[in-house]
Amino acid sequence: MSIEARIAADQPDSFAFTRENVAEAKRIITKYPKGRQASAVMPLLDLAQRQHDNWIPMKAIEMIAAKLDMAEIRVLEVATFYTMFNLKPVGKYFLQACTTTPCWLRGSDNMMRCIKDRYGISSGETSDCGRFTLLEVECLGACVNAPILQVNDDFYEDLDYAGTGALLDSLEADAPLPFGSITGRSGSEADGGSTTLQELKPAE
Amino acid sequence: MPKLTVNGIEVEVEDGATVLHACEEAGVEIPRFCYHDRLSIAGNCRMCLVDMERAPKPVASCAMPAGDGMVVRTDTDRVTKAREGVMEFLLINHPLDCPICDQGGECDLQDQAMGYGFDSSRYEENKRAVEDKHMGPLISTTMTRCIHCTRCVRFATEVAGVPELGAIGRGESMEITTYLEKSLASELSANVIDLCPVGALTSKPYAFTARPWELNKTESIDVMDAVGSNIRVDARGAQALRVLPRLHEDINEEWISDKTRYAIDGLRRQRLDKPYIRGRDGNLAPASWDDALGMVATRLKKAKPAAMAAITGDQCDVESMFALKRLFDKLGSGNVDCRQDGAAVGGVRAGYLFNSTIAGIDDADALLIIGSNPRIEAAVLNARIRRNWLATRLPVGVVGPQMDLTYDAENLGEDPAILASIMSGKAKFAGKLKKAKRPMIIIGMGALARSDGAAILGMAHQIADTYGVVAGDWNGFNVLHTAAARVGGLDLGLTPGRGGLDVAGMYKAAEGGKLDVVWLHAADEIDAERLKNAFVIYQGHHGDRGAHVADVILPGAAYTEKDGIYVNTEGRVQYAGRATFPPGEAREDWTIIRALAGRMGINLGFDSLGELREELYETVPHFADQDAIRPARWAKFGGRGKINSASVTTALDGFYMTCAVSRASETMGQCLMAMQADRAQADSAQDAAE
Amino acid sequence: MLKDTDRIFTNLYGWMDPGLAGAKKRGDWQNTAKLLQLGHDGIVEQIKASGLRGRGGAGFPTGLKWSFMPKEVGARPHYLVVNADESEPGTCKDRDIIRHEPHKLLEGCVVAGFAMRAHAAYIYIRGEFVNEARRLQAAIDEAYDAGLLGDNAAKSGWKFDIYLHRGAGAYICGEETALIESLEGKKGQPRLKPPFPAGAGLYGCPTTVNNVESIAVTPTILRRGADWFSGLGKENNTGTKLFCISGHVNRPCNVEEEMGIPLRELIEKHAGGVRGGWDNLLAVIPGGSSTPLMPQAVCNTMTMDFDALKEAGTGLGTAGVIVMDKSTDIVKAIARLSYFYKHESCGQCTPCREGTGWMWRMMERLVRGDAEIHEIETLEQVTRQVEGHTICALGDAAAWPIQGLIKHFRPEIERRINAHRTAVAVEAAE
Repeated sequence: MSIEARIAADQPDSFAFTRENVAEAKRIITKYPKGRQASAVMPLLDLAQRQHDNWIPMKAIEMIAAKLDMAEIRVLEVATFYTMFNLKPVGKYFLQACTTTPCWLRGSDNMMRCIKDRYGISSGETSDCGRFTLLEVECLGACVNAPILQVNDDFYEDLDYAGTGALLDSLEADAPLPFGSITGRSGSEADGGSTTLQELKPAE
Repeated sequence: MPKLTVNGIEVEVEDGATVLHACEEAGVEIPRFCYHDRLSIAGNCRMCLVDMERAPKPVASCAMPAGDGMVVRTDTDRVTKAREGVMEFLLINHPLDCPICDQGGECDLQDQAMGYGFDSSRYEENKRAVEDKHMGPLISTTMTRCIHCTRCVRFATEVAGVPELGAIGRGESMEITTYLEKSLASELSANVIDLCPVGALTSKPYAFTARPWELNKTESIDVMDAVGSNIRVDARGAQALRVLPRLHEDINEEWISDKTRYAIDGLRRQRLDKPYIRGRDGNLAPASWDDALGMVATRLKKAKPAAMAAITGDQCDVESMFALKRLFDKLGSGNVDCRQDGAAVGGVRAGYLFNSTIAGIDDADALLIIGSNPRIEAAVLNARIRRNWLATRLPVGVVGPQMDLTYDAENLGEDPAILASIMSGKAKFAGKLKKAKRPMIIIGMGALARSDGAAILGMAHQIADTYGVVAGDWNGFNVLHTAAARVGGLDLGLTPGRGGLDVAGMYKAAEGGKLDVVWLHAADEIDAERLKNAFVIYQGHHGDRGAHVADVILPGAAYTEKDGIYVNTEGRVQYAGRATFPPGEAREDWTIIRALAGRMGINLGFDSLGELREELYETVPHFADQDAIRPARWAKFGGRGKINSASVTTALDGFYMTCAVSRASETMGQCLMAMQADRAQADSAQDAAE
Repeated sequence: MLKDTDRIFTNLYGWMDPGLAGAKKRGDWQNTAKLLQLGHDGIVEQIKASGLRGRGGAGFPTGLKWSFMPKEVGARPHYLVVNADESEPGTCKDRDIIRHEPHKLLEGCVVAGFAMRAHAAYIYIRGEFVNEARRLQAAIDEAYDAGLLGDNAAKSGWKFDIYLHRGAGAYICGEETALIESLEGKKGQPRLKPPFPAGAGLYGCPTTVNNVESIAVTPTILRRGADWFSGLGKENNTGTKLFCISGHVNRPCNVEEEMGIPLRELIEKHAGGVRGGWDNLLAVIPGGSSTPLMPQAVCNTMTMDFDALKEAGTGLGTAGVIVMDKSTDIVKAIARLSYFYKHESCGQCTPCREGTGWMWRMMERLVRGDAEIHEIETLEQVTRQVEGHTICALGDAAAWPIQGLIKHFRPEIERRINAHRTAVAVEAAE
């Protein structure tokens, strides 16, 4: 996608951290040695995004640049390099579907199809209701629980068409399912019970 | 000093040199795009890959430090394949628009494709298209051509000191841009055009004007400031079409300021291309040379020596100033002055030179700037200060207004009283000067062009003596001029003789009716109105301030239109060549004065430029020493008078329109407007934030 | 099969308390101060002796890497940086350590940091691991509260701080110098080497970047002895390893096994076998997406260790085993990886920026067969033009899967091209 297309045309006139986030920003900056405050640029962009409905306006970039004594272009470089920074609005539920080979082998197409069937959206699009934005993403690093759909901060795993549907139902009801495996696996152990460590497993 | 072999040739290189340098030392050419001697190493284009013994993969020679005993080969099959491979990658997404690209004929990609490219493409996919970016009135962008070498980004960040260019996005979507497409706010911005190895960044004012092979190239010297940047003037027929930098390691390296490069469109506007005489109706009317010179001769003959005066301008060549000085000598008048601004300079040479030399800036370890903004008065010189600061955190103190110099500088205030407390050691910055082994003072016209300028100069001399600014082979006492002609004029002695009038005296005399004739030799930076009572002869090239009050206009040549000598702020004598002829009936300036003298029956002692220069060398021998620096003897200069309390300022209000040529330049006008617009936007954003 | 008693990550599946109390029960933080009594160089020697090779993909001997750090601390502090940017397709082992065994990682940081004379560690975790980062931060907070971190870490007398730093979506930050750049607040573009991080890394200071698993196993190695670790696995490929088995297996999972375990045993014993049986196996990508695939014939006898896989023209990488059965559109599977690398190329250097896009676009056409036979050769050449010519290994990683595909599945690619040509001809005739 061209850079122009990634940045919202409509921008707010101002941006400022909330009081809590001013304090949080300060705390973050202290994690890095003195004079190395630029290290905080990614955490602060993340903070701004969380404060601002999951997207970062240009005013926030300028504010962060000033705060960290960085050139604005340097902050914009960072904001456009990393894929997790949204520079235009996304829906309340930001669906990031992994379709890289391990997920694809396990049926990520079905997951994508379920979302498309429901909202008629493809990667990069937002549903008519405005609440769901879909983005095809690269490997989310949970391959043995593929396919994965990340909804905002949370990974939903082992999704098939029906499981995706159930998840979307829960989101529509604003009562999201608990994150993790939809099929009830507690982690990365084999479905139906692991072949190792069984003796250490505490009694249920 | 590591020794290594390149293709079997043994070479020894400096410590810190790279394999690429070693290859060059061995006479082996290494193709490159991203590498540039004066920028940090990016190593991203991968064109310079070479084979190295014990290295499993080809290495980027530009980034590999040369090590003792390295065995490097550039003639292997693997290197050839690597270069061809990189070239192919660079070309797959590069448009085939060379026929309409301004870089054509001077394009690194084109040239190297000849050496390493295939004759046909294996790329069957669609080529990438990238939106063009706005970068201001000087830089035209065609970003589809960009090969992402990041030279422009590194230049802006490192040399220009304006970190406004960046590469946003990533992978094949990476794009070079300024933040939200603002103009690049640097006086050196257009150097990125020269640096761009392809046609992504080209010259906007010069767009589609000419092909390089159509141009006559003349080596010349810039007169937009007193740095004496070495330039090349490219002309086709009667028109100078563009100015490019020429390499001079000790002056401008390979940079020039935007004004140096782009003011030349001012040479086509508001030109004085025929003589004029002010008629009885008060209007200037075209006249013949014969009539004009006749009238001037008559007026001068009638006037008493004490009632005639001459002021030379800031961009005059040495030869015509010499001719005018000699004419006034012959006429018996000492009322001559080359200091339009009334600066208290002249006499002892060390008191008006940039003694350390410009290259000497590299060695300074503390810098006190008094009444100067080097960023706008001498942009390429300022880049050198910045480089020192980047490398050594050079402590810089400024006496004058707040300014952004592109490096950290401690503002010591505008009150000239601070000088006394620096002198006494009370001011904090004094400690830094004291600690320094090679302290430097740069004093500008903002401190010297005032009624107490001589006293300030004297105080600066005392500070220099107190802090060892002049010691051993080091002379860090530097006057930064803004006028290209100033040092030449002072070397010629174009200051009032005994009892003669300086510019201020001339104003007074004219206003008091005691000045009959005043000769303005391309002098436009004066309060010309105050000379109205006198008969004003204006010799020059533009219908600017001086011409407005003229009674006779003698059309002369601009700097690109004559062979001329210029002496830069260091006292370096440089020769400029003529790139085009003056327009219409205008003439080279020394010939005008020679013709007038002839009219008056005065023998100036020369009939040709050659003869004039012979006379010149005899009078002031160092003018014969082209490109040489004659260290000036440290001596007493400056006054001991009272320094008044008026704030110390700087010489120029702005960068872009500072002389008759740049004021006539549309391009400079556009730059000024763009800068003002960006500033207004920034200010309103600031207001909104507050 | 590895005995449970020889497994390091006993809470791999998160059945037990990942917190400090649970971790202590599993032996973590038990005698940390005593471990440090081995001394800086003593620890390095133990790790060298254990034969531990880096678990992040490259397999460089961990102890040797630590030994590159200066022996004296000068004006510049030393840093340990932990690479938790787990993003290699097929790999999800560090995630389990972070969420279920965070204290193994933290104790490992203290041990490794002490060994390399660092007083601070930054753990760079990929941005998408939000919940994992929360879990890890909670563990860090717990450790500080318990005095295991801070001015006198675990009462060892050694000051040690750990900071968590979240990424924001960039596979390239798994490359150690890109990670350092990112940690410094810049784009994650790999640096030119030399200088190497041990000389000038984070903030220009001596730095060692290690994978999560490499660090997390070190306290156990020190506790149980280098001999114990080196006694497991094969020569030069010692110890245990977390394997991630994904794709077309009946029961995908992570499992800790001995290095050198036969691939077939790994898949059949732990992951329920290949869907449809071993004979239904088409190919395996053995060590994360960048390692070239192996067809079934090679898989039959392959053991899972660095050297054996290298010999077969592929690699152990991260031990992310991606299994593909005979229903797999193998060209598409690899084309999808080509897209991944194009998407993740940082764009800095020419061969990768331009080559990854070119390779992907050709791969897409090969999926459809919309190409000429000679273009297979062109594609192969393009991969060679990228490989070995870039600043970092992403170019290589993008090239290898395609090379593996062409090496083992050329007839399939040709079949598609011929079929496509026939289809076009038929369409034209109609």
